Amino acid sequence: MKILLNNRKEEFGQETISVNEMLFLKKFSFKMRIIKINGVLISKEKYDFTTIHDGDDVQMLYLMSGG
Amino acid sequence: MKFSEIKTHLGKFRVGIAGAGGLGSNCAVALARSGVGTLVLSDFDVIEEPNLNRQYFFTDQVGMMKTIALKDNIARINPDVFVIIHQKRLDNINIPEIFSGCNVIVDAFDTSDMKEMLIETVQLKMPGTPLIVGSGMAGWGKSETIRCRKIDDTLYVCGDESSEVSDNLPPMAPRVSIVANMQANVVIEILMKMK
Repeated sequence: MKILLNNRKEEFGQETISVNEMLFLKKFSFKMRIIKINGVLISKEKYDFTTIHDGDDVQMLYLMSGG
Repeated sequence: MKFSEIKTHLGKFRVGIAGAGGLGSNCAVALARSGVGTLVLSDFDVIEEPNLNRQYFFTDQVGMMKTIALKDNIARINPDVFVIIHQKRLDNINIPEIFSGCNVIVDAFDTSDMKEMLIETVQLKMPGTPLIVGSGMAGWGKSETIRCRKIDDTLYVCGDESSEVSDNLPPMAPRVSIVANMQANVVIEILMKMK
């Protein structure tokens, strides 16, 4: 499947993957982040159950302490 | 458009600022100078001497509540701004109440946990309200890494999204103020498009 990840095209071998699988495959280890799929915010506890499908628009932002 | 017209337009709106530290104080001052009608400020902290390396306060205000001192400072800059202050620790219950009626909300928290809580609360409980997040501004230099990114109509992020504050990478006036003013700039851009 092909998705948009922060406006860049990404390809995965699977038909669908969970959010956590995507983070693992992309080796994204930093914990403090916000993820939106097709404009909908996905809370952290749903990362295992929420699936990403072909054509999805995934937006991710990193949260750093400081202000 | 003349500044007098811009100011009249911005005067119609209300902006919420969650936190009155480095990001919040500098962002609030920029919005006040620009003529935003109402600012809702929330913070539970008092000013300490080390805050003065970046926050919009003065030595004789050390020990004061940040919200009260910031309200005073704004009144000295632009007395036409209506400033509402809350001395509360914000949580997912009181955020929708405190910032109800705000046209835009600014994240000015200093910890990533609080930023996460604010984003989840505003996105889930105040749908449609634009939130401007500040993330990544520690240290000095590297101005070119600081940017503003629109996720969608309700979520923007200003900062480098990578530098985290630590003992050896403290928050300092230039980079914190750049991000705070970038957030204010996004707020104005959004408000100028609103009727």
